[in-house]
Amino acid sequence: MNEPRHLFDKVWDAHAVGTLANGQTQLLIGTHLIHEVTSPQAFGMLDDLGLPVRMPHRTFATVDHIVPTDQRQEPFADPLADAMIKALRANCERHGITYFDLGSGRQGIVHMVGPEQGITQPGTTIACGDSHTSTHGAFGAVAFGIGTSQVRDVLATQTIAMTKPKVRRIEVNGQLGPGVYAKDVILHIIRTLGVNGGIGYAYEYAGDVFDRMSMEERMTVCNMSIEGGARCGYVNPDDTTFAYLEGRPYAPQGAAWDEAVARWRATASDPGCAYDDVVVIDAADIAPTVTWGINPGQAVFIDERVPHPDEVPAGERASIVEALAHMQLQGGQAIAGTPVNVAFLGSCTNARLSDFREVAAVLRGRRVAPGVRAIAVPGSTLVKEACEREGIDRVLIDAGFEWRAAGCSMCLAMNPDKLRGDELCASSSNRNFKGRQGSATGRTVLMSPVMVAAAAVTGAVADARAVFGAREA
Amino acid sequence: MALEPILQLAGRGVVVPGDDIDTDRIIPARYLRAITFDGLGDALFRDVRFDEEGRPLDHPLDQPERQGATVLLSGRNFGCGSSREHAPQSIVRAGFRAVIAGSFAEIFFQNATTLGMVCLALGDDDLAAVCAAVEADPAAEVAIDVTAATVTVAGHGYAGALPATARDALTRGRYDPLAELLEHDADVAATAERLPYVAGGTA
Ligand code: SF4
Repeated sequence: MNEPRHLFDKVWDAHAVGTLANGQTQLLIGTHLIHEVTSPQAFGMLDDLGLPVRMPHRTFATVDHIVPTDQRQEPFADPLADAMIKALRANCERHGITYFDLGSGRQGIVHMVGPEQGITQPGTTIACGDSHTSTHGAFGAVAFGIGTSQVRDVLATQTIAMTKPKVRRIEVNGQLGPGVYAKDVILHIIRTLGVNGGIGYAYEYAGDVFDRMSMEERMTVCNMSIEGGARCGYVNPDDTTFAYLEGRPYAPQGAAWDEAVARWRATASDPGCAYDDVVVIDAADIAPTVTWGINPGQAVFIDERVPHPDEVPAGERASIVEALAHMQLQGGQAIAGTPVNVAFLGSCTNARLSDFREVAAVLRGRRVAPGVRAIAVPGSTLVKEACEREGIDRVLIDAGFEWRAAGCSMCLAMNPDKLRGDELCASSSNRNFKGRQGSATGRTVLMSPVMVAAAAVTGAVADARAVFGAREA
Repeated sequence: MALEPILQLAGRGVVVPGDDIDTDRIIPARYLRAITFDGLGDALFRDVRFDEEGRPLDHPLDQPERQGATVLLSGRNFGCGSSREHAPQSIVRAGFRAVIAGSFAEIFFQNATTLGMVCLALGDDDLAAVCAAVEADPAAEVAIDVTAATVTVAGHGYAGALPATARDALTRGRYDPLAELLEHDADVAATAERLPYVAGGTA
């Protein structure tokens, strides 16, 4: 009888090419995703070395970070952004790489496009020059972000040198309360284990809460693994996974589909396998969560107060003082009621169809508070079109949101969408770092999309359960 | 692609205090709008060094007595956030050869090591002592022995942490793995052949 193994080990072993002289593993990357920001330098390095792309058929590209979400005509107003999209297009053409361009109908944030196209599959290894590649772990893939030199390595060899991480199983069991979303679950996990708690680990999310989640919810959770320090996070594949993938353009078809499902099922962690660490969380302990500080672990429940520097261990005081000063908050004050200038619905964490459906359901017949700039940016062109078919765009526009085209937008503000000055943004994205949303003094409060909607209509950080009435999540 | 082994290095230090210094702080996203890494050294810590009108904010990196420093010192979880190699690239291009911190975020550590920049972790008390010595004397030499993973400053030695794989890569001049990865192409092909989704043609 074979030892029971977890998914991570099975996938790692199947993709291990060999051991390098320094003891690291040479790991085959079955699926390589690229975008315009972190790939041009890698193609340049490849050219300098005179090397071809090793497996162009396993490389997929799209454009997301720099695309304007209002005026998408080329040339872009920003010549630097325009040079980036042209470089990506030229590199893909030259090397025979599939590229989901603007206008292809399939463009979007790279972590949306992989799943939508069925490229993201269980039991695979996926790398991308982007830390939120962990998103793809929702399908039971081993997926992680890499730097540009490693993008070069994957382009040239389809492999990278990597040290195998440990695996921590994070079980969330029980029933989430009404108005508690996948975003709250992951914010709570990061708050509990810390922003560096996951360094050296891959996270396996398990327990009945994840079993019941849709693929879109699982993606929201896996997306933010990196905010907890874990380069990779995954959920074991199950019928929910297979149902999502069936019939998508790059999913196996016919007899190959049945074989694939059998293989994928066998990739899931075996009952009774050993983990390096196990953490168990009770779903009933999780409430709607918002960040108050300048990293995603600085979070509280919506009805809590932000920490007071005098009440925390000496070692944490300096970072709390810094965070409070940046956020213009007083230690010990309630987070609810903090005035909001901007509401941003978007990013690879929470800009999927289910997110916009939830938001539309609560926004119908309501108005964004006067003075609040509200922007909704679908994560992909397919999501945008689906929302428009369902009339979700109308609900959002009638409520006072701007309805944009797909891209990263104000998640990192590399395109024209930015905070101004010290504006405070209620954001469905994943990072609240200083300066993240395009202004050095700008302030970000992370929360679920429905909480962003509540902030938008009240003009302040607010408990969506009170604003809209509690709904079953 | 034989690289020079990195066994030890020494230089003056500069302290950029704080835990969880993220990659957006190290290099704000607007400087990523480029298709090369050229010129990134000037953008290092841009938004904490200059205000919105471009006036200097007297950041440690801009203090006259810190010019020419080659060792950057900071707190815990340095380089957290995005995978952008622009972050270590900007540090290297600003003239630094090593970062000493409480701990490092994983992708940053990997990216930096691939560039041959030494990332050495120190325990809280030792880190505080090294930072204090550097703060006290801008001319103080910070010496790092990569093989031993130690730091010496102002006559005191401190034991740091550097994972064996990175230590090996740096001291043997193989921190850029590409040449070795290329050597095993037959094994790559064999592994790919066993994986239906990789072997299976264009879709
Ligand atoms: S949406 Fe934000 S986090 Fe996601 S890939 Fe784009 S910039 Fe990165």
